[in-house]
Amino acid sequence: MVKTYELGGSVIRALDGVDLDVAEGEMLAITGPSGSGKSTLMHMLGCLDRPDSGEYHLAGQEVAHLSDDELADIRNKRIGFVFQTFNLLARATALENVALPSVYGDAGESVERARSALETVGLADRMGHEPNQLSGGQRQRVAVARALVMDPAIVLADEPTGNLDSKTGTEILALFEQLHAAGRTLIIVTHDADVASYCSREVRMLDGKIVSERN
Amino acid sequence: MKWSAISKMALRSLMANKLRSSLAALGVLIGVGAVIAMLSLGAGAQKDIIGRVSSLGTNLLMVRPGLRRGPGGVNANSFRNLTLDDAEALVAGVEGLEAVSPVVSGRAQLKYFNKNTAIMVIGAAPTYFGIRNFEIERGRAFSDLDVSGVARVAVLGPATVEDLFGASDPLGEMIKLKGINFRVIGVLKAKGDQGWFNPDDMAIIPYSTAMNRVYGLDHLGEIDVQAMDDVDVTSVQFGITQVLRREHHIREGDDDDFTVRSQAEMLEMTSQITGTFTLLLGGIAAISLLVGGIGIMNIMYVTVTERTREIGIRKAIGAKRRDILGQFLFESVLLSGLGGLAGVLFGTGLAKLITALAGFTAVILTSDVVLALSVSAGIGVFFGYYPARRAAALHPIDALRYE
Repeated sequence: MVKTYELGGSVIRALDGVDLDVAEGEMLAITGPSGSGKSTLMHMLGCLDRPDSGEYHLAGQEVAHLSDDELADIRNKRIGFVFQTFNLLARATALENVALPSVYGDAGESVERARSALETVGLADRMGHEPNQLSGGQRQRVAVARALVMDPAIVLADEPTGNLDSKTGTEILALFEQLHAAGRTLIIVTHDADVASYCSREVRMLDGKIVSERN
Repeated sequence: MKWSAISKMALRSLMANKLRSSLAALGVLIGVGAVIAMLSLGAGAQKDIIGRVSSLGTNLLMVRPGLRRGPGGVNANSFRNLTLDDAEALVAGVEGLEAVSPVVSGRAQLKYFNKNTAIMVIGAAPTYFGIRNFEIERGRAFSDLDVSGVARVAVLGPATVEDLFGASDPLGEMIKLKGINFRVIGVLKAKGDQGWFNPDDMAIIPYSTAMNRVYGLDHLGEIDVQAMDDVDVTSVQFGITQVLRREHHIREGDDDDFTVRSQAEMLEMTSQITGTFTLLLGGIAAISLLVGGIGIMNIMYVTVTERTREIGIRKAIGAKRRDILGQFLFESVLLSGLGGLAGVLFGTGLAKLITALAGFTAVILTSDVVLALSVSAGIGVFFGYYPARRAAALHPIDALRYE
């Protein structure tokens, strides 16, 4: 995949010919310094943006050149996001936050699926709480539950422990391991080597290219 | 199902910042309130005037001196070309007439011992009472004999009697009308204050006395004509016009120097005037509604900017453009709709207040309320559309990065 941006008159090749295969059930880390293109790659993988050239096959479907609405649909059903800053809606309960993807899906709001997702992350007793009533670690758990609610093909996490203390961060990574053990495909983007060490496979990026790999 | 969830979210967003939402809706509230109040006052005025004109009776025709002018009306005393001869000519020459009365009018000070009152005085023939639906409560109307004898007799309205005599009987008593002694021979039955003038507060005297003794006039202010019941009023109108043109020696092709108005025409005219009046008032009030809409647009732009991150999150988890557009449109329509609803209540209250204080009547029409509510919803859609579209067009990556 190739992706270029124009910034202040100069053209930046954020992704300069990236080839990547991710198998189902893998736990992959994408690492690199800032500016390496790992965020851009994540945007591509998450269907938040389209590459300028190249292909992207997600669960057997070519998605690189779909329309905005179709991409939104893919994001809804096939991809789960976990962000560094949690990105929950402040005025909704944990349950409502987790159920939100289902509101935008075809099947309509599903409270049952949200409930079971919250159980998976161990927050069944906090369903009615709003984010400001939860700790950082709990908020991230809610975010993970939200990422799982539509049973996506991949879960994409962007610096998931960046805003957490080391103890809580470890808990979240342990949760990820749990999900991996249950068969989920996880892709974690991070610059932290410790976080990357939790993953069985690591891909390192520099200047828009993949420069090395570890298995 | 999706839309019930989205509407719940919209409502919750509005409730989250009640002060801001109230202020945004306030503009629409005031605008709608003003429009409702103005329209209802206009409708009330229309009802009043039409009621008054209708109560004159469908057979009434009024002949006035002077050219047919616009609805503004003309001071009858400034034109001197309507005379008693004209009235006699009508009696003789027009078919289908039930009654004719010459009419002069003016104002006068009435005195009884230490009480006085300033009222309108009508000088007319005995037929006037029938033509204009005045009934005698006590005593009698004056007669043709009184007219030919230039008698100084007066029939008073009940409010005038109240002012001068209080509870005691006025019949047979002498009053001074413009300094001249008059005997009270009758009291009119009450007709009710009609807002614009009070028909119970006046005196009717023989036209001969009014013209010769009181006001010194040689011309008439008006000739009132009552057509027979089963006669076509327009043909009577035509007949009158023909006779008067002959009397006034008006050449073929020249304009009339008088006007003949039927009640139907008066109704039409007053309908038009009050209708225009109402539209004008409503239009001015509608300007404030426009300002209210701009207020909504303003707030929605601010809201969209504030919630950029939130929009990014929603898009990341699968919201499509139309989902975002719908949510924000829903919010703005809810704002303006609630503002409109409150505005209807406010406007109704305002109209009632004005009625109580100033004496104008207000008629609140359902059609006006429905109009106001639909317009406020429309304002929500129109003025909320551009901010909502901006929200929907946000790129998820940029939106997520927004601080």
